Parts: sequence; structure tokens; C-alpha cells
Amino acid sequence: MPADTLTAGRTPATHAPGSGSLQRFARRRSTIAFLMTLPLLAVIVGLVAYPAGYGIYLSTLNRTMVRNIGFGNYEILFDTDTFWSVAWQSCIFAITAVLLKALIGFWLAHMLHHIPAKGQRKWRGMLLVPWVIPPALSTLGWWWMFDPTYSSINYVLSIFAVPAVPWLGEPIWARIAVIMVNVWYGAPFFMIMYLAAIKSVPEQLYEAAAIDGANGWQRLRYVTLPMMANIISITVLFSLIVTFANYDIVRVLTNGGPRDLTHVFASYAFQVGILSGNIPRGAAVSLFMLPILAVCAFFVLRGVTRRNKEQM
Amino acid sequence: MAQVSLRKLVKAYEGNVQAVKGIDLEIADHEFVVLVGPSGCGKSTTLRMIAGLEEITGGDVAIGGTVVNDIPPRDRDIAMVFQNYALYPHMSVFENMAFGLTLRKFPKDEIKRRVDNAARILDIVPLLERKPKALSGGQRQRVAMGRAIVRDPKVFLFDEPLSNLDAKLRVQMRTEIKKVHQTVRTTTVYVTHDQVEAMTLADRVVVMNHGVIEQVGPPQELYHHPATRFVAGFIGSPAMNFIPGRLEGDAHGLRLVLGSGVILPVPPERTARYAPHAARPVLLGIRPEHLTDKKPTDKRNIADFPATPEVIEPMGMETLVHFRIDGHEISARLDPACPVAVGEPITLAADMDQMHIIDPETDKVL
Amino acid sequence: MSVTTASSAGIYSKAGSLSRERRWAMWTAYASLILAAIIFLAPPVYMFITSLKSSGEIANMQGNPWLVRSPTLENYSALLGNGMFLRFFVNSAIVTVLVVAITMVISVLAAFALARMRFFGSQALATGVFLTYLVPDTLLFIPLYQIVGGLGLLNSIWGLVLVYPTLTVPFCTWIMIGYFASIPKELDEAALIDGASWSQMLLKIFVPVAMPGIIAATIFAFTVSWAAFVYPTAFVTTPDQMPLTIGIVSQLVRADTFAWGQIMAGALLAALPPVVIYAFLMDYYIAGLTAGATKG
Repeated sequence: MPADTLTAGRTPATHAPGSGSLQRFARRRSTIAFLMTLPLLAVIVGLVAYPAGYGIYLSTLNRTMVRNIGFGNYEILFDTDTFWSVAWQSCIFAITAVLLKALIGFWLAHMLHHIPAKGQRKWRGMLLVPWVIPPALSTLGWWWMFDPTYSSINYVLSIFAVPAVPWLGEPIWARIAVIMVNVWYGAPFFMIMYLAAIKSVPEQLYEAAAIDGANGWQRLRYVTLPMMANIISITVLFSLIVTFANYDIVRVLTNGGPRDLTHVFASYAFQVGILSGNIPRGAAVSLFMLPILAVCAFFVLRGVTRRNKEQM
Repeated sequence: MAQVSLRKLVKAYEGNVQAVKGIDLEIADHEFVVLVGPSGCGKSTTLRMIAGLEEITGGDVAIGGTVVNDIPPRDRDIAMVFQNYALYPHMSVFENMAFGLTLRKFPKDEIKRRVDNAARILDIVPLLERKPKALSGGQRQRVAMGRAIVRDPKVFLFDEPLSNLDAKLRVQMRTEIKKVHQTVRTTTVYVTHDQVEAMTLADRVVVMNHGVIEQVGPPQELYHHPATRFVAGFIGSPAMNFIPGRLEGDAHGLRLVLGSGVILPVPPERTARYAPHAARPVLLGIRPEHLTDKKPTDKRNIADFPATPEVIEPMGMETLVHFRIDGHEISARLDPACPVAVGEPITLAADMDQMHIIDPETDKVL
Repeated sequence: MSVTTASSAGIYSKAGSLSRERRWAMWTAYASLILAAIIFLAPPVYMFITSLKSSGEIANMQGNPWLVRSPTLENYSALLGNGMFLRFFVNSAIVTVLVVAITMVISVLAAFALARMRFFGSQALATGVFLTYLVPDTLLFIPLYQIVGGLGLLNSIWGLVLVYPTLTVPFCTWIMIGYFASIPKELDEAALIDGASWSQMLLKIFVPVAMPGIIAATIFAFTVSWAAFVYPTAFVTTPDQMPLTIGIVSQLVRADTFAWGQIMAGALLAALPPVVIYAFLMDYYIAGLTAGATKG
């Protein structure tokens, strides 16, 4: 029976003109695709990859950029106390700030999720405001709030009989102030991320857990957290990169002072490289961020690919 | 003139996996052909090669006598209806249907005339200004068909167009598609995994399995004369029962002996056909509808068939009874008036004129 | 009536108190949110309060700083009459509009190619996009300073237009890839059969269908270029080429007598465009923020 399909009226077949055009169509497709990605490639190669390589090269030059001194800049940096204090401050700043942002963000996301859906939009809109204002500008407001003689924060504290705090004058308080501003700016971002993650957990899962006898804490521990683990880790790692490389808050609030004790890598690199005019050494300072950022990036990427695999 | 010919059509993917293994098929002008088979049998790949969405590894596709292997989809003069409708969500129904014509720079009044005409055929005139989001599943389906009709192409291609609809709507749209084809008479290639859809719609059904064509023929022929065990099992619902047994012959003719000891006489007019297979293991194929309760009949070749029901499913117009022979699950369709109870033996009547005998080595129906 | 309630209470004794538990949870939630809202909104509110004070009132430094005794708009009018401040505003606007346009063209084209047309190296390029998104601006501003200087674009808004895409393009491309990838493949096949070319498919199908994504990416590009700080601080030192952020930080804040009222008014005016966009397009704004994490 299949045989009769073979014999049934063979029409005289004429090959269409321009044979091979489908292959040409496919080949043209990848040419077009390549052309379409060309501007992107130009940005990535010309403005990221090339500068990165050039930065490494720059960091091996002497101050006047006429002689290659190998790792000379790095050696000099290793010998200065300021550099080590910058390294410590960067790490303490980034880790403390990210931890606080993550915790506050998580708490607020949870609280937001608890209130009736009708009010959520309004509260969410209000609580995201710190993230929306360009940080360089809102930090100006904080700076004024920290003013040594007319601090509005100290005024509020004095109501509760707390003595005036020398916010930007004392190194320890200056460090705390920088972290406070960064947490204020970044916590809303964590909140939004976590809220999106919480919302993506199916409601039935909570209902099933409740019927299985889980209390509120157990639901959090066994349902919410595992479901959010990926988003939490990616957001934390990503924020770690951004916070570690932060510049604007330190620049506006303390400009590195007092006594260079609040400098982070970015602001110190700026100080050394641009303001003091030692480009190669500035490049060396900022490149110190690279290994730490690379470790974070590695974990972010691993998280992303794992998530993608799970979704498939 | 728009017949479609597939000649030695092959589709191979990387790693030399062959999805379609050299199939030949001639589809006549105005014909409605349904490609049916289980998922992964190559039916969709075949359709997509006709459409030009999938590159052809070997062989030819010809539409209207022209080999179109190397012609991009837009120049093949075909229209396609997708499983998920693929309506452009940002365009109104009118714009959706007009899009292909607009791209081909048809004059405005001609576009309007064609869209209106198609909308009238499909009964969607009041929906023309709506967006797809505001339509029900059945309405979207109509729009997708309308988009094909307005183009007035040489061939319609349907890729499982009804799978996203609920059961009731599916039956309704099935009739609708048949009606549209009777109106516009365009050559149609239709892919589905649902054999009922295939049987009801097709002029000819093409049953595919593992990248090859198992059988081609009108629906009734496939039902009554399946060529292979696969077709026998695939066409018809509930599926045909297969029971292993032996053909034994003596002076009076042939008998079929099942493992459980049941003996079924083979109708005399088939003796010559099966004689070469006597004394060999074979497979009995019999449809549930030919395994019924005993009642007075003028059919000659009826054999007794003992059964002990395990599960009984009353369907209303009939009652399905499931039982086992020799460990093989068998089902039978009984008159609902027939008293049956789980665990109580009954005697059924097997219509031996309707049975098939299959060679278990080649899986061919003898 | 009272009889029936009494008897029913006899049959069904009430166990636990779900509603009290729930009420407690609600109270904690609202208390946390109110506290957070106060802390989160205090700085902008205080900036606004300060911006309404006259210089004399600020210099006085007496009493409650959170109160305004004689509100005045003189800070705002002084700023709006200040050619330099308006210059900053115009610079920011030019740079931002150009960067947003460039970014969207680059990322929509690239995302379409990466999401739909497989070609040699497309997978590596998609990973590369994500990697560059992880590179912070403070890592590269020194070599870029040299490069921009070599092109003679220091102290020019054109230098900023050149380098800002490093901040915006990777993320925008990334979220556009996500949006394009979520468009069902049958849609392009239908368009292909309908006779669309690649450019028609992009412009007539993908762009309109992915409009929410395009709006979200545009908002992202806008806010990032508007708020950019490191690059302009490093590359621009002449006031007439400065965008708002560095302009206010470096030019309004000078000498020993800080014009706090004016600084705050300037900062608030400068923050206005992103805040207004946020207020009107909050859902797109948030979609853009979260897309990076949920899609990638």
C-alpha cells in the first residue's frame, strides 16, 4: 500500500531558479546577525576589553609613563600603610554594607508581602525612593544631615538624650556614616528583588506546607528560603561587586577623610591617579579590585548557569 | 495547480539523528491530507520542510511542480496555522489577517475585500477590530485560519491546530476546518497526533512512525485494512487488542489457538491467505468493537470468547469491559443492557471476519 | 438568640486564635514599614525642608533643623536664574538623550541577533555581555581617562557620550535578550511565511511585542546615564561641560560658606527627572530592575 504513493503521477519537476538560495538565505542570516551585533562588539571590545588590557599595561609604567617598571607600582603600594588601610576599609565597607542591605531588604520584603495586596504598591513605591535618587545627590543631603555644627540627626538623637555624634570627624563614625548611607541607598533594591522572588513562590506551596504542619518560621526556612536561594545569592554577589567598587558616596561624604581612613579602592585610585596625576599607580590601585571582583563574578556566573539549567 | 510532492525526503540533525528517513508522498490538488503519528515520528518536521522553516537534508519538496528546496518560506506561496496560533499580539484581528498581504504590497481595497471575505467564511466579522488577547481559544483559531485564507495560497499547512483547545471546542473546530476546506478547496497538509482528527478530516491519512510512512490511504481503508501492527494499533479508539497465539491447520481449515487455550476458527475464505503461516506463532489483532456480548446475528463467522471482567466502564451508549487473557489486557465493547459484574465470567462473541493476523517477526498484517 | 450562641459554644469550643496571631503579624508588618518609610524618606524630606530655608535661617543654626520658620523659594529662583546650573541641566539632558538612543539601538539590534539568529560565537558573546555588565565603572576609569584624553575628548560632553554606553549597553542588551527569547518562536515563523524580511520582523513584530521590555530598558539607560558620577568626575573639570551630578557636587559646594539651601534645591531639581519617570512608570521601572536577576 505505501507503494502506490511512489507511482502516483510524477509531475515534471522544474528546478526553481536560483537554487541554493535557502542556504544562501541561511548564510546571509548569520552575516546579518553578525552585523547587528557589531556595535555591541565595538562597545565590549573597544570600551571594556581594550581599556582593561590597557589598564594592566598602564599599571606597569612609572609616573611619567616613559619607563616600564614591571610590578614596581604594586610593590610601592604594598609598602604604604595607606594602601593597606584602603584595602581593609574596602572589605569592611562592602561586607558590612551588603550584609545589612540583604537583611533589611529581606525583612522589608517579607513585611511588604504580609500586608494586604491593595496597599503593597503604595508602600513599595515609597520605600524604593532612596534607590531612585542619583546617589551622588542624595549623599549631599546626608552630608548636610551629618553637619558637625547643625546635624539634624544629632538633633533627633538629642530628643532621646543621646549625646551629639561627631559623624564625619571621627574615623570610626565616618566609617559608620559611609556604611549607613550605602545601606540606605541599597536596601530598597534588595527589598524589590526579594519581593519579586517571594511573589514567584506559588501560593499552593505555602498552603501545602501549612497543612503539613509548618509554622511561620518553618515555612520561611523550608519553603521561602530554598525557593529564593538563587536570587538571594545572585543579588548578594552582584551587590558585593557594586558596593566594593563604590565611589560616589565616599567622594561626596568624606572624600576619603579623615586622614584617608574612609578611602575605598575606587576613591583612592581616583585620588592617586587623577587628582595627584600618577596615572600608572592609580591604575594599579583600581586593578587590585580585579581579583576580588573576579571571584564574585565567578560565583554569580555559576549561579546564573545553574539556574538556567534548572529551568530547562 | 498545486499538488505537493515529497521525494526521498530526508531530515537529519547533527549527530546523524534522522528525523525523517526518506519519505515519498504525492498530494493531489485540492486534496486534504493528514499526517498522523505519535510525537517524534517526524510528521511536524515533514510539514516544516514543506513550509521551508526547516532545511532539507536530502530529497525534494515540490509545490505545483516546482522544486522549492531552496526557496525561502515567503516565496513558496503557502500559509500555515500553528498550534499556538502565533497571532501577532499587538495587531488587531484585521491587521493580523492583512499582515501577509500588506508585506506583499497588495492594494488597500483588495486587502479589505479579502479580509472581509475570509471573516465572513469564518464568521468572525464582529471581531475584526479586537486584539488577540480579547479572543477566546476558538476565536483565535479562526483568526489563524483567516490569516491563511486571505493569502489564497497554493497550500495550507496546519501544525496540530486544535491541540490547545478543550475537547468540546476541538470537535466543533474540526467540523469548521472541514467546512472551510470544502469552501476554498485549497490543497491542505494537516499534522496531528490525534487519530480521530485524522480520520474525520482527511481525504487520505498518512500514518508515520519513526521517520517513515507506515501506510497511506483513505480513513476507512486504514481502519479496515491496516498494513502493519503499528497502524492497526494506532487507528481506532479504544486501541485494537493484540493477543499472541498459534495458527494450526487440519483438514477442516485453520484455527487460531491462544495461549490460554481459547480456540478460534479462521473464516474459510481466509484459509488460503494464512496457510503459509500455519504452525507458527502469530498475533491476533481484534478491535474492542468486534468483541461484543452474544446476541442473535446473521454474521457467519462468530466465535465464542470467554472473559472475566476486571474493570467495567459504563460510557452510556456502550460499556467497556477490560479483562485479561494470558496476562494480556483486552477490552471489549458491550451493549449497556448486557448484565456484567466484576469477577463474574461471561462469554463474548468475537467477529472473526473483522480480525487481523499479524506476523510478529515483521509486524506486517497478513 | 443568646441561647443558641451559648449552646453552639458548648458543642464547638474555640481552639487557638488565628485572628490574634494574624493581627500581631499585621502590626509588626506595619510598624516595620512605617519605621522604614520614615528613615528612607527622611533625607529627601530634609533636603526639601532645607531648600525652603533662606541662607540667614540656615546660618543661624538655632532650633529644630526639621522646621522652616520662613519658607522661601529664593533658592530655587536663584538656581533657575543661574546660567551655570541651567548649563549643567542642558548638558545632562543632551548626554542622556544621546546615550539612551545609542544604547537602545545597539542593544535591540544585538539582542535580536543573539536571541534569534544563532551564529558562530553567539553563545560566547551573550556570556561576554553578562561579564561586561559585572565590570564596575571604577575599575576602568583610569585607562578610559587616558583613552578619552588621547582622543581629545576630555572636558567635553562628547567624551561622556562615548563612554556612558559601557554603563548601559550590557544590561540593556541582557534584558532585551530575555524579552526577545520569551517571544514564541512560532511568531517569527508566521511572519516568515507571511513574507517578512529580517528588518520587518524586528520592527513590525519584535519591537512592538517586546515594548514593555524596551520601555524598561530605556528607563534603566536613562536613570543610569542621568546618575553617572565617576566618569564625569574624572573626565570633566571645566564647569560649562559638566552634567548635573558633578556640577552640583563640585561647583555649588565650594569655599567655606556652603549655600546649603541652594545645594539642596539643586540636588532636588537634578533628581527630579528620574523621580518623575519613576512615579509615572513605576511598574516598568521595577520590571527593569528585577529583570536582570529573574531572567539571568
